[in-house]
Amino acid sequence: MSVTHLDIQLCHALRTAAGPVSMEVAFCIEQGSIMALTGPSGAGKSTLLRLIAGLLKPESGRISWGEEVWLDTSKKVFRSPQERKTGLVFQDYALFPHLTVRQNVAFSLQKGESDVRVDELLREVELTQLADQKPYQLSGGQQQRVALARALVRQPSLLLLDEPLSALDRSMRQRLQDYLLALHHSHKLTILLVTHDLSEIFRLTDQVIELDNGTILRQGTPEEVFADTYPVADSPALYGEVLSCRSERDHVVVQALIDRRIHKLRLPLDRAADLYPGCSFVLRYSMDAPLLEVIR
Amino acid sequence: MDFEPLWLTFKLASLTTLILFGLALPLAYWLAYGTFRGRALVEAVIGMPLVLPPSVLGFYLLLAFSPSYAFGAWVEATLGLRLVFSFQGLVVASVIYSLPFMVYPLQAGLQALPVSLREASYTLGKSAWTTFFKVLLPNCKSAIMTAIVLTFAHTVGEFGVVLMIGGNIPGVTKVASVAIYNEVEALDYSAANQYALVLFVITFVVLLIVYSINNRLFRVRYPS
Repeated sequence: MSVTHLDIQLCHALRTAAGPVSMEVAFCIEQGSIMALTGPSGAGKSTLLRLIAGLLKPESGRISWGEEVWLDTSKKVFRSPQERKTGLVFQDYALFPHLTVRQNVAFSLQKGESDVRVDELLREVELTQLADQKPYQLSGGQQQRVALARALVRQPSLLLLDEPLSALDRSMRQRLQDYLLALHHSHKLTILLVTHDLSEIFRLTDQVIELDNGTILRQGTPEEVFADTYPVADSPALYGEVLSCRSERDHVVVQALIDRRIHKLRLPLDRAADLYPGCSFVLRYSMDAPLLEVIR
Repeated sequence: MDFEPLWLTFKLASLTTLILFGLALPLAYWLAYGTFRGRALVEAVIGMPLVLPPSVLGFYLLLAFSPSYAFGAWVEATLGLRLVFSFQGLVVASVIYSLPFMVYPLQAGLQALPVSLREASYTLGKSAWTTFFKVLLPNCKSAIMTAIVLTFAHTVGEFGVVLMIGGNIPGVTKVASVAIYNEVEALDYSAANQYALVLFVITFVVLLIVYSINNRLFRVRYPS
């Protein structure tokens, strides 16, 4: 049996800060994979998600999911967002402020439809306890999980995420990445997410597309896209700022701020000659035998 | 004191508000989200009663409604309604006169909602109709309240238009504001004062209640 693909070819006028740009993209996503969409702001990432969801009509193009054609401008086919089986999680989550968590998640149910799935999803994202709260009573991470659960009730074939984790702190981000991966596996989801976060891309995704000015700059696995195109340092470097320098007999003691901690460095006189309080520096280690210790 | 003018005033204001609410909802939705040519024209027409002297509006309505002209004759022939010097005519005129007071707050309330609420509802499979009633309206209750109160209050305060097309027929078109004018003309200040005071107190109390409810009950709290 052949694998289902989401096939996308789109032309659309973008209004960017630098003036009008024509967006032209063509790519496909394999069913069951996770793809990241990255690139500078204004590159057209969110617009692309909205075009795929059917919230915007492109000038021309074709979108199909397997045999289903969602859009074909040459044949005047346009499936409305209601008819495309996509779930969209918005950057601002777009939770309905007047509804409780449970009502938000249950919103997409049809009249008389069983709400078993609502309870399951609430359990899956660990929100059962908060089911009767209103969105404004929740933290950012909790709102994010409500938005995720809400998008999944309709069992979309494709989940679109617009910078879903950008507003959260690092530990919350990692937990939500775990939720996403778990949901990806349990619901056999195909996911397209907009993100700027390199670690998120490597951790979650199989494929990356880098957009700039409406066109695809690079496409491939995260290793292909980033390792080949960005300079990779062969020795790690620490960036710091000198707080004070004190000369002792044959060396200089430098107090420096590195990664928000104060370090004392002893340097030979000649190596410290250029340093002065307030200057920034790079500290390199030669890396013949790197030793990494996990600190958390 | 004759309560008929007061009763007539509140009957007129309630009817006008009710009709306008139904009329203004689609209009406000259309103005808030529609993309169409001639939008400026529609907005200008709706806004006319805000700036036009009521007597001007009343004068043209009088001409339009009069059975000796085309529109008035047509209405009388097809609907059997006479719109000059009748209560029905007052209602129609008030609907036109108070239109911006209903449409503008609703339009502003809808436009203030984040676009993503509407889009989220669409991607969750809900029609524009369901989205309007289940998502948009519940989140602009405060704007709805403002629109209703402004419309009601504005209709209660109507004078020029009423006088022009309704005249002064007791029990039919003699509303409280006209009654006050009559009593003053007849130099019966104490009767005028009675009407004026009742209007003053009732209007104030209504506004007070509404705004205190509005702030407490209908504030939409967005998650931060």
